[in-house]
Amino acid sequence: MNQLDFPILSLMLGLPMLAAIICLFLNAQAARLLALVTTLVLFALGIVLWANYDIGGPQWQYVERIELFGNFAWALGIDGISMMLIMLTVFLMPICIGASWESIKERVGEYMAAFLFMEVLMIGVFAAQDIFLFYILFEAGLIPMYLIIGIWGGANRIYASYKFFLYTLLGSVVMLIAMLWMVQDAGTSDIPTLLNYDFAPEAQTWLWLAFFASFAVKMPMWPVHTWLPDAHVQAPTAGSVILAGVLLKMGGYGFLRFSLPMFPEASEQFIWLIFALSMVAVVYTSLVALVQQDMKKLIAYSSVAHMAIVTLGLFAFNRQGIEGAIIVMLSHGLVSGALFLCVGVIYDRLHTREIDRYGGLSINMPKYALLFMLFTMASIGLPGTSGFVGEFLSLVGLYKVNSWVTLVATTGIILGAGYMLYLYRRVAFGELVHDDVKAMPDLSAREMALLAPIAAAVMWMGVYPESFMAPIRGDVGTLVARIDRAAPEGDAHLKMGQATAAPKGHEAEAGHGESH
Amino acid sequence: MDYRLSLIFTLPEIILSVSGMILLLVAAWGGVKSARLISILAVAALFGSSAYASEFLTNPSFEFGGDAFYGLYRMDGFGSFSKLLIYFAAIVSLIIAPRFFKDSGTYRPEYPVLILFATVGMGMMVSAVDMLTLYIGLELNSLSAYVLASIIRNDVRSSEAGLKYFVLGSLASGMLLFGISLVYGFAGSTSFSVIADTLTGDLSTGPLIGVVLVLAGLAFKISAVPFHMWTPDVYEGAPTPVTAFFASAPKVAAIALTVRVIIDAFGSQTSTWQQIIVFVALASIVLGAVAAIGQQNIKRLLAYSSINNVGFLLIGLAAGTAQGISAMLFYLVIYVAMTLGSFICVMEMRDVEGKPLESLSSLAGLSQTRPGLAAAFAVFMFSLAGIPPLFGFWGKFLVFDAAVAAGMLPLAVIGIAASVIGAFYYIKVVKIIYFDDPAGQIAKTGHKTENGLIGLMALAVSPLGYLTIPLLAPVTATAAQALF
Repeated sequence: MNQLDFPILSLMLGLPMLAAIICLFLNAQAARLLALVTTLVLFALGIVLWANYDIGGPQWQYVERIELFGNFAWALGIDGISMMLIMLTVFLMPICIGASWESIKERVGEYMAAFLFMEVLMIGVFAAQDIFLFYILFEAGLIPMYLIIGIWGGANRIYASYKFFLYTLLGSVVMLIAMLWMVQDAGTSDIPTLLNYDFAPEAQTWLWLAFFASFAVKMPMWPVHTWLPDAHVQAPTAGSVILAGVLLKMGGYGFLRFSLPMFPEASEQFIWLIFALSMVAVVYTSLVALVQQDMKKLIAYSSVAHMAIVTLGLFAFNRQGIEGAIIVMLSHGLVSGALFLCVGVIYDRLHTREIDRYGGLSINMPKYALLFMLFTMASIGLPGTSGFVGEFLSLVGLYKVNSWVTLVATTGIILGAGYMLYLYRRVAFGELVHDDVKAMPDLSAREMALLAPIAAAVMWMGVYPESFMAPIRGDVGTLVARIDRAAPEGDAHLKMGQATAAPKGHEAEAGHGESH
Repeated sequence: MDYRLSLIFTLPEIILSVSGMILLLVAAWGGVKSARLISILAVAALFGSSAYASEFLTNPSFEFGGDAFYGLYRMDGFGSFSKLLIYFAAIVSLIIAPRFFKDSGTYRPEYPVLILFATVGMGMMVSAVDMLTLYIGLELNSLSAYVLASIIRNDVRSSEAGLKYFVLGSLASGMLLFGISLVYGFAGSTSFSVIADTLTGDLSTGPLIGVVLVLAGLAFKISAVPFHMWTPDVYEGAPTPVTAFFASAPKVAAIALTVRVIIDAFGSQTSTWQQIIVFVALASIVLGAVAAIGQQNIKRLLAYSSINNVGFLLIGLAAGTAQGISAMLFYLVIYVAMTLGSFICVMEMRDVEGKPLESLSSLAGLSQTRPGLAAAFAVFMFSLAGIPPLFGFWGKFLVFDAAVAAGMLPLAVIGIAASVIGAFYYIKVVKIIYFDDPAGQIAKTGHKTENGLIGLMALAVSPLGYLTIPLLAPVTATAAQALF
């Protein structure tokens, strides 16, 4: 069956499902404990998954297939990219449960059940090898998230939950029609087979647009990003962490798994659209983030800008771009999750997200200020943190395709530094003017335990990204080989004597070498 | 013609008719206190008929079906499958009724008897291969239904519902009859197969009007837009168990009947009926969704929801393929479970004095006072909206799959995009149940039968329902194949 001789992926889906059902019948403290234990067990299983993952082995590992449903199968299996995203999920989940430990006091059993159910769906989306199974799990995420925002959210939660639900539903229903057509055309719903099936180029155009409608909303890309700030602001802290950390990655995963390899010609045809929307997103949402008064909204807009870097990297059609985009996804999952936790920490103390109500926190909350600083720097993309690796690679990849787009995208980094540092200055530096802020205690042991692992992961990814790049390298190679036939020609035409021999990955140094 | 065979083929109807008549006599002499006994016997009769219907469906010696009474009635897999579904819905409507009527002291033995007669009519509808059998079955069902709607005689709303249903239903029957007479005049026969053989090529105005009028009459019975106006009023006014019955069994029967008329009688006129069905389907989806948004009464809301679902069902018919019909049958199974489940939930909405509540606002915060009922309600709502992983999604999946396979991509895209409008009011109900502060109006009841049925239906439309696909899919496929 697989390298472990037992269906570990099914176990990773069944266990939280079972725990979610049990949680519904438990009292508050028992539900918290059960959820924490379950998510920690899943994290352990995730480590087992990673440790036994055979790098350089077959493309699809831990494969399971049961013809359970007639028209489609219970087919699971992962490649390196899926595995890293599953790792991100199982890593963030215990932290989410911990973040809700004290702040959620009402209907705890239902809350924990919703989160565990969410975890089932997220792991399932990344592991599904049947296109209809993928769709069902992808869409099913709407229900628990709708409940999480609507029941435990902030003052304007009803509006936000409706907007989230209807926006994302409208985005993805047309994708279902496209999937039905694809399966009828190709005669199989098996994703690995579909990945190598060549759809007619004219059909690809429509299929690509149908998938784009769904993933662009989920991602979210400008101009269909407006549900995100509302959903983020109203969701409870842990809900925002899951939303930013994992749910947004489903859009990028969709581009990576479906749009690019299944419709390479159409992807090339619409490259202008992706580039245009992403360029607008990078500049526009960064500027919008700069003027936000609400911390969560600011981080939400910064997410849109970061996701635009992901789409730019993915549609660069080359190794650096795609690897960079995946690293940005992982890094953003950690960093934005951590930033939402940081907001949650002070929100729990003062019950406001208004930036002006804070100030001078580095005086009375030094530990908090230090960690917040680290995540701010990681969000900016400071070398040594995870943000740098991904953004640098994406931009290098993009530069090979279009230097003007790269120029615009790079301004996003500068603007990103602008709004993040501005945020940090207003929250952490300055004088302690408000008395209630002065009385705020520093991080508790629980909060340290939540933030420290993320900080460690961010540093690890920044200093030694090879651990995270190794599992995805082979799969990115397969993808690049698949889409190479449609790859756009770069706009840089180097006029060197024998430039053809330049090994891959060293182009960035080529310009540098010229000046010698 | 072999009478023995004809009688065997019609056994399900014969059992029900005979038991209905006997029970009517028992009721006449036994009076109100015999109501309980008659209900039990009626359920037994329905089980007996179900046994024969399932025998016809599963026994390979009946695989190809057969005509009875000189081509007036046809026993085949399609009819038997629809009957099983109808009988199931009728049984549930009988089981849930006594408690509802007992609380208001209006339970009468006529209720089970009328349900039996309505069921006989429905059995004839789905087996009819002749316009006259069709009409007789339809009227037998409709007349029983008019009386059922107004069964609480001293309740103004119930009487009003019955009267409205009767007046508009008669109008529809008139249209249907006029259409049948036109078709008969031009085809020279009332038999579906002769009509199909005669009405070929381009239709002249006369038979065209006939076809349109027949379809209009049938659209009334399935409450499809633009002949849906009676539905919200009747659903709201009729007693809730009766509404549950109306929304499930007759709907299955009328849809199966429409399918048979269109495929068997007008099968050679695809271009004529297809555009009508496409329009009716999309109009039902959109109007069912938009009109439901403003509703404050849960029964009216569910009425619009049923209009909306009929629209989706008709997409399978618009495809006009065996795959489409099989998708419709599967959808109907899920639809019956969702509809019965939600109406039983509505029946459980009672205040401390046992008075039934119907306003949406009384549902506020139900999740905190009755978490089990609230969860079931939410499951039915998400399922009716077709949100995966609930099983209601699968019905929509199948009909859209059939439409895509038949090359009707624009229909599929518009239909599925319009389903998002519908999602709005379904999640509004969930919002009221889960997000709003408790109104505390709905009392705990502890009705074991009702709760058990709700649990059963909720389980059927939960993700566990997907496990039934390998069992049900071949059956619906064979049943649909019987028409082609």
